[in-house]
Amino acid sequence: MCGIVGLHLRDPQLYPRLGRLLESMLCQVVERGPDSAGVAVYGDRRRCPEGHAAVSVLDSPADLTARLPNALVTPAGDTTVVAAPMGVEALVDTVLAAAPEVRVVGSGTDLTVYKGTGHPRALAATYDLANAQGWQGLAHTRMATESAVTPEGCHPFSVGPDQCLVHNGSFANHATIRRDLQRDGVLFDSENDSEVGARFVASRLAQGDDLDKALRLLCERFDGFYTLLVTSADGFAVVRDAIACKPAIIAETTAWVAMASEFRALAELPGIEDARIYEPEPERVYAWTR
Amino acid sequence: MDPVTFDLSAAPLRELNAELHAPTSARYEVLNPKGAHAIAAGVRNPIDVQVRGHAGYYCAGMNDGGEITVHGNVGTGVAENMMSGAVRVRGDASQSAGATAHGGLLVIEGSASMRCGISMKGIDIVVGGDIGPMSAFMAQAGRLVVCGDAGDDLGDSIYEARIYVRGKVGSLGADCVEKPVRYEHRAELAELLAAAGLEHDPGEFRRFGSARRLYHFAVHNTY
Repeated sequence: MCGIVGLHLRDPQLYPRLGRLLESMLCQVVERGPDSAGVAVYGDRRRCPEGHAAVSVLDSPADLTARLPNALVTPAGDTTVVAAPMGVEALVDTVLAAAPEVRVVGSGTDLTVYKGTGHPRALAATYDLANAQGWQGLAHTRMATESAVTPEGCHPFSVGPDQCLVHNGSFANHATIRRDLQRDGVLFDSENDSEVGARFVASRLAQGDDLDKALRLLCERFDGFYTLLVTSADGFAVVRDAIACKPAIIAETTAWVAMASEFRALAELPGIEDARIYEPEPERVYAWTR
Repeated sequence: MDPVTFDLSAAPLRELNAELHAPTSARYEVLNPKGAHAIAAGVRNPIDVQVRGHAGYYCAGMNDGGEITVHGNVGTGVAENMMSGAVRVRGDASQSAGATAHGGLLVIEGSASMRCGISMKGIDIVVGGDIGPMSAFMAQAGRLVVCGDAGDDLGDSIYEARIYVRGKVGSLGADCVEKPVRYEHRAELAELLAAAGLEHDPGEFRRFGSARRLYHFAVHNTY
């Protein structure tokens, strides 16, 4: 099944409450995917200070702090977040040079990503989600179907700067598209089919497409079942496959846009009683920009 | 007699459904549903249940005689496999509303999403707004009335259910065709609209049903 939730805040007064709201949303979709959970938060300056880049890694060595004396190193379960006052690419290179054994699972100047296996409710505490602040966030609870239950296979997939993708469903032709992308020089970190979707979107964004166009092209290329929530440095977008097999619901108010697999994840949001609530139509891209 | 009130922010859903399965009252009110699944599923008595808010999946599933009203939206599979009674949704419904249901009346005052009435087997469904794609797929018996528009592939592989649409139809599915609206159809439409409490002229609706081409073995379907 898998559970997806995402929150894009329009009202800055809500920024301090982002983590608390996202945690309540995540806990309502635990039954949809109890084997692992991932979270991405945009704009938490405590985790990624102004002028810094942040890189999220798995398989971090115990002495990473000692190896990176000038960085802010924050372990959170399977994930460790490294932040430092430099560019994103420079920080990724620095981290990999200091600890070649790590796997990078997220990077950006505004984004922190957490992935791990275990019960989503416990993981939310591990990530200290309740205290996260920021303008946008998304989370995923996984019921593994296409690959093993590992931190690498956990969502979100963040394969471009400040980009994230979470997926409910399965892609039927992911192996073909993976080979095509590999021929173009794209490298993969996992066997997960959703990573192929994320790599595809990242390659389109790198070529200059916006989220709307990248996702319309994804609909043309990918077969299978998917509800996708994709976020970027300034955007938030939702798309479903042609027969809309997997559930999705969107709610909008003047203060926020939220998306979830089920309504119950939205039920506690402030002002939900006056929200415009609707289900996204098949193969139509819904996108919002900050 | 005042209704018995269940506040789902205080009482567990299992307690509510256990009470509704062996009712001690004729009227119930459910507060703070907040999208919980299977609210009032399996009701087997002619009780009145008012749900104040949005319900989740399979609300009023398998209903057999209950009169259940949701003052909000409902999730996937509302009134799935209903046998008799009535379910009314004041808001919108998600996918598979009234799926496989054998009887009773389902009224959705708002719009319904995809696969509304999929494999319906005798239920009457009246939708005040639009319905999504692939509705009435493999519908076997009953009536589906749509006061708004219908999405693509309406009535794909339909058997004997009757479909009435007042607005536009995206496209018709395999073996579904438009049929003439005769006097008896206008009469049954008027009855269904009245039962749903909706005021439309039955003369504004078009009728769709099975061409019955899929009923028979066709040699070109063999290999």
